[in-house]
Amino acid sequence: METSNNSTMVEVTDLKMYFPITRGLFRKKVGDIKAIDGISFTIKKHETLGLVGESGCGKTTAGRCILRLYNPTSGSIIFNGEDISKAKESKIKNLRRNMGVIFQDPFGSLNPRQIAGNIVGDPLKVHKMAAGKDLRDKVADLFKLVGLDPGMMDRVPHEFSGGQRQRIGVARALACSPSLIICDEPISALDVSIQAQIINLLEELQEKLGLTYLFIAHDLAVVQHISDRVAVMYLGRIMELTDSTELYENPLHPYTKALLSAIPIPDPIAERTRTRIILKGEVPSPIMPPPGCHFHPRCSMAIPECANTRPPLRDVGNGHLVACIRV
Amino acid sequence: MASILEVENLKTYFHTEYGLVKAADGVSFHIDQGEIVGLVGESGCGKSVSILSIMQLIQSPGEIVDGKVIFDGQNLLQYKANGPEMRAIRGSKMTMIFQEPMTSLNPVLTIARQLTETLELHLAMDKQAALERAIELLKMVGVPDPASRVDDYPHQFSGGMRQRVMIAMALSCNPKIIYADEPTTAVDVTTQAQLLELMKELVTQHNASLVIVTHNLGVVARYAQRIYVMYSGRIIESGLSEDIFEHPQHPYTIGLLNSVPKLGERHGARKLIPIEGIPPNLIDMPPTCAFLPRCTSKIDKCLKEPWPALRSVGGQHYISCYADIKGK
Repeated sequence: METSNNSTMVEVTDLKMYFPITRGLFRKKVGDIKAIDGISFTIKKHETLGLVGESGCGKTTAGRCILRLYNPTSGSIIFNGEDISKAKESKIKNLRRNMGVIFQDPFGSLNPRQIAGNIVGDPLKVHKMAAGKDLRDKVADLFKLVGLDPGMMDRVPHEFSGGQRQRIGVARALACSPSLIICDEPISALDVSIQAQIINLLEELQEKLGLTYLFIAHDLAVVQHISDRVAVMYLGRIMELTDSTELYENPLHPYTKALLSAIPIPDPIAERTRTRIILKGEVPSPIMPPPGCHFHPRCSMAIPECANTRPPLRDVGNGHLVACIRV
Repeated sequence: MASILEVENLKTYFHTEYGLVKAADGVSFHIDQGEIVGLVGESGCGKSVSILSIMQLIQSPGEIVDGKVIFDGQNLLQYKANGPEMRAIRGSKMTMIFQEPMTSLNPVLTIARQLTETLELHLAMDKQAALERAIELLKMVGVPDPASRVDDYPHQFSGGMRQRVMIAMALSCNPKIIYADEPTTAVDVTTQAQLLELMKELVTQHNASLVIVTHNLGVVARYAQRIYVMYSGRIIESGLSEDIFEHPQHPYTIGLLNSVPKLGERHGARKLIPIEGIPPNLIDMPPTCAFLPRCTSKIDKCLKEPWPALRSVGGQHYISCYADIKGK
């Protein structure tokens, strides 16, 4: 793992996030949901790191830990040179000025009773960065930045289409001029023909404002398109992390291979010659994850040793990280 | 190959308080025996409504106002939605796999009861025979330990397993056509692959036809032999899978294919080309082509003439467009 330096914005080391399962009157703890079970990665300045995996793999939890919407169980999160994993509430508010978040559901993440201008301007008010006429001007600028007509500032969310609502979400995330934006499935609730509009907007904004993205999604094609590097997660752990082109051209982890082959591509001629790895069974429960490598019960390459030791995420050359003892 | 289903000029309108919504506005297509067909489009394009109309599952304020649905030589629209003829066909000869396995299974009945109900009703099996067949069906769709799982309730099954139960149910009476409405949208991609492979295998085994209704272009490219593309209540392009993906000719289809990132394209190699604008509001549509406001290939004729009828551009490839656009 590379060391923290000027080019690194976020460095996550051995991060764990366990949610307790309680039972009975006295809420006695009976177990843990191991949503994230020791993950390490870095996000460089001005890059997009993609985080992919199937539902329940912990990708959203990872994003929320960085935003400190959760208090991580253990591990460190270094953001701009400072460990924020144990930062106090008072400090967190300051911290979030530098982080924006775009949520998946543009219908559920905007208050239906607020006008769009207030939704976008609220972060500026909370951080006392603007007020009065200045606030309105800044919000108008944000509207223009994301391709919305500032004349629509006084409308409520239901008057906007899905794509426009997601633009409001993007404008809100940008309000305090953050350096890092966590994009949590920002396009999966949108229509196919609208998705490209939002992807292009995110790319343009990154170029214009020098933003850094953590792009969380389950659609590997989209993640590969937008990300410089991609981390593949499975059941709370990172299985493989590498350059996005390398991940497709030279996937090493058996899970990555299966995931790639499972995704149908819109090209019938290529489809005919593609080999498909159909995984058996389903993702086990994060309450009782399998011992050793979490993927071994479904893995075609597994050997007895896979059930005993957790494979470390190791560099196999050129920063291609993979957690598998058979590679 | 003989057509098993022919839909002609199907019109299903919804009388809403805001106005008349022409959800399906003159949809025509046919399904051959043993064929896998894809019905593609974005939300609100009328793909589900078309299928529900064929099954006569449209509820008020919706109404099938015109068209023919010829299945096995008889026009299904001559029968009452709840009449004995429709009930004998629905769930037996024509079945459906719904998108949400969570909500389309009855939560208070065991899996056994939900599977045996159709068997007893349509195939007149007795209780014991139906139960045995139910277990057999669960085994066929890959539910582990079917003899004991058959007595479980839906909430005891995972999402993927529930969808397997739905597939078992759809296959239980040896149907001729299965409609799968966004069958894998609610499940993860590795589970999606499992389910689609399973459906393809079973449909081929039973010599049934499968209609996959989806917005996922990859899924139809992989499984469908023929494709119908829908936009705002009409079919705007149809053809063999290769025609549609290799030589798309309707501006909407071309736009749709250009707007999705393809797996394996190098990062930064291509900027996505989105279709500008938004899908139309289906209330009070103008008589001209519905895609006109978003179209980049429009010609003078498009502004004056009503929505173009489907015309052949070679073989089985049809488009509904006045402009001449040569492939990609």
